[in-house]
Amino acid sequence: MTTGTELPPPNLPGGVGQLPEVHLDPQMLRQLAEAQVNVELDTGDMILNLGPQHPATHGTLRLVVRLDGERVIAADPVIGYMHRGYEKLTEYRTYPQITTLINRIDWLSSFANEVPFIAGAEMLMGIEAPPRAQYIRTILTELSRIATFLLFLGEMGLQVGAITPAFYGFRDREYVLNLIEAVTGGRFHPNFNRIGGLKDDLPWGWNSDTRTTMRKVLESCDEFENLVVGNPIFEQRTRSIGIIPADLGAAYGVSGSNIRASGVDWDLRRDGNPHLPYNEIEWKVWTHPDGDSFARYWVRLQETRESARMVLQLIDQMPSGPIMSKVPRIIKVPEGEVWVNTENPLGEMGYYIVSKGATGPFRVKIRSASFSNVSILPWMLRGVYVPDIITILASLYFILGDIDR
Amino acid sequence: MKREIKGMFTGLGVTFKTMMKPTVTVQYPHEREDPPTRARGVIALKEENCTVCMLCARQCPDWCIYIEGHKEQRPPRREGGKPRNVSVLDRFDIDYALCMYCGICVEVCPFDALFWSPEFEYSEQRIANLLHDKDRLGEWMATVPEPEPLEEGAVKGKK
Amino acid sequence: MIGLQIGWGTTLAIKTLIVLGFVPLSALILGYTFLLKMMSHMQSRLGPMDPGGFHGWYQLIGDGLKFMQKEDIMPAEADRRVFALAPAVVVLSTFLVFVVIPAGPRLVVEPLDVGVFYALAVSSLSVIGVLMAGWASSNKFALMGALRAAAQLIAYELPLVLAVVGVVMQAGTMSLQGIVFHQQSGSLFGWSGIGQPFILTQFVGFALFMVAAQAELTQPPFDMPVAESELVAGYMVEYTGFRFLFFFIGEFGTAFAFSALAATLFLGGWSVPWVHGVAADWLGPLVLFAKVMFVAFLMFWARFTYPRLREDQLQALAWKWLIPIALVNILATGVLKVAFR
Repeated sequence: MTTGTELPPPNLPGGVGQLPEVHLDPQMLRQLAEAQVNVELDTGDMILNLGPQHPATHGTLRLVVRLDGERVIAADPVIGYMHRGYEKLTEYRTYPQITTLINRIDWLSSFANEVPFIAGAEMLMGIEAPPRAQYIRTILTELSRIATFLLFLGEMGLQVGAITPAFYGFRDREYVLNLIEAVTGGRFHPNFNRIGGLKDDLPWGWNSDTRTTMRKVLESCDEFENLVVGNPIFEQRTRSIGIIPADLGAAYGVSGSNIRASGVDWDLRRDGNPHLPYNEIEWKVWTHPDGDSFARYWVRLQETRESARMVLQLIDQMPSGPIMSKVPRIIKVPEGEVWVNTENPLGEMGYYIVSKGATGPFRVKIRSASFSNVSILPWMLRGVYVPDIITILASLYFILGDIDR
Repeated sequence: MKREIKGMFTGLGVTFKTMMKPTVTVQYPHEREDPPTRARGVIALKEENCTVCMLCARQCPDWCIYIEGHKEQRPPRREGGKPRNVSVLDRFDIDYALCMYCGICVEVCPFDALFWSPEFEYSEQRIANLLHDKDRLGEWMATVPEPEPLEEGAVKGKK
Repeated sequence: MIGLQIGWGTTLAIKTLIVLGFVPLSALILGYTFLLKMMSHMQSRLGPMDPGGFHGWYQLIGDGLKFMQKEDIMPAEADRRVFALAPAVVVLSTFLVFVVIPAGPRLVVEPLDVGVFYALAVSSLSVIGVLMAGWASSNKFALMGALRAAAQLIAYELPLVLAVVGVVMQAGTMSLQGIVFHQQSGSLFGWSGIGQPFILTQFVGFALFMVAAQAELTQPPFDMPVAESELVAGYMVEYTGFRFLFFFIGEFGTAFAFSALAATLFLGGWSVPWVHGVAADWLGPLVLFAKVMFVAFLMFWARFTYPRLREDQLQALAWKWLIPIALVNILATGVLKVAFR
């Protein structure tokens, strides 16, 4: 079991935050700001449509870029191709039904989507889940984080050109999904949280299986380090590409590993109100000063290792007891409003729940991490090469279901 | 420079080592991996427990359960008593083309008439055949596993 | 060639058939072994197992048949004649390279005196085919891929040629058979046990040749023109069915050709030092095949491991690193050759 690697020296030709000189026409900027896609075509420029169907855009994101040869002059993301109307759906469903639906917002780390919503409902009701349930919730959240980050580690290698890491990512993710399936019955959409606790307890033998799997996860992180991070070609492709300055990122609302890779030491599991026992275990928040794509990959690699270590501690420290507190048969959440946010794998996810005392909420507003993460793209894609667009998209790691809801 | 050259070779080493190790593929039609006990494969119906309370159909987020029933008179249990009103199930269909395998119906049933089974091999060539009727749902009962023992530290009781 | 009295026309026909038949066969063998099986095992999976029953050996043949019966689709705005000709031009260069590669002391389709020069010259014809394909597709992604390909292929021609110059200087001849004989009968510090394979003295040349060949084949880390996650298939994106099969055969056939060239120039080709005459005619192809498989293994191993270099990084590598190293190699070879005359 390793304890992490030493930081490779930052190699930033020209220093952090220096973009090449690009002259932008104010008229064109205004048109782009008004989200007009039909920009007048000057001679010498080419408009390229990285359309809704594209292997690099993780779903149905449309990126209209204006190119001068291979350099991007301006870029405009067009979203909404996957809008499923979640906030409208929640107006007509009860809390258990909504829990099953919101699994599918960020489908790679589904358990983590349920937690803030259920925590919000519990806050409105004034009850708290028993400690064992909170521990299991934390374990499952961290397992989702590991699952989605393993996928990220693999597919960012794929976007940069190496085909093999993607398979390793999926292979190692299977072990974690098997664990989640053994507890909840569903690999991808666990639907396991209930107001007041969890649906079921752990099956026999799960603890030792999890310990074995976490050790495998740590080994596979070492493999990714050797295969991808240590590769000089990967470094050349990702160092000083797509630098997010810390203050600009914070202004745009970029959250999660993206902002931690720009040196901001902010993690809602420690700094917010996590509703989960994160302060009872020893863990570390990883940051990187560079803010480029390499930093984002590196931070997520370290966070995967950290999550594996956290799960091992949580299993050792897990209290015994019930996993559901006393709740009435038909749950009517009392009137009130509450805002809950947590550190999801993609970033900061939050729910603003307005309840009018019925079995379902009156209105739910979902603050999803990827929506804000993607908003920085027009700024960040100026002056980069076309291959760098792909690297930047991969390193920001958004999920379309999370952007469009 | 030395770090870069070493980096080129460690990558090659990883792929070479993986090539030498056995693969993780399970060749599906010839071999099978059994899903865990709690896996949500298909829902089975125990007809004798069902009292046509309609809770499952109401709570389903997709409204994929179709229930029809009627009331019947049954003879009294003891001599000289009133005849009993009993609900009889006419139709209980689950449309697996709509079902999203959330499990709310299984959880919410107060009479333990619905059970999860880890069977997943029921693909059909026509979507209409994914509507499983009462008899077929009863057949799935044979595949419902025993509930597993729980991990240490768990407290039995109200789940 | 063989000790029979066969007329000129018949010889030509036989040679043509051999080349035409061997190129798809070579593409098939390389594709199956490395693309389907080696890549799969490097990714912890099995690859095709069902077609043909035994580890899926029939997969590529089945794929070929499937491609041949597909509908011929052309984009509406495509330049029809250029679109149809482009795959043919790419595959043409592959066929032409196989003409000079020797598989035995008398087993070569045409033993040219300028074999090396001819092989390298003819292999660069595919650049035209790539440009034709990208332009005629009337697709922005294809065009970008073709332009990248043109720049890359032209840039890496130089290291390819310069790497081989050292071998030619050491052998004193440009004929491929001559180079093989020189390696077979050479000696290392007086010991002629394994002959004098040029990989030992021209290891810099070998490394340069492998890198440049990787770039000529547009394989990762040099596959910007076919960047799968950006341009999907680059200049080939609008090609389906039989035309795509041509590109595929061209890619893997050229991989075989370059591996065969590397094996011949650096590893001794068909020769094993103590086998001469008629025995070499029988053993030669097998030995060459084994050496080709080894070189191809190295090439594909690098292909499956490394991410791709960006276009400007690629060009910087060629012009700023590979060409100067190649020139230094030639200088050193010349100096050493004169010193150890």
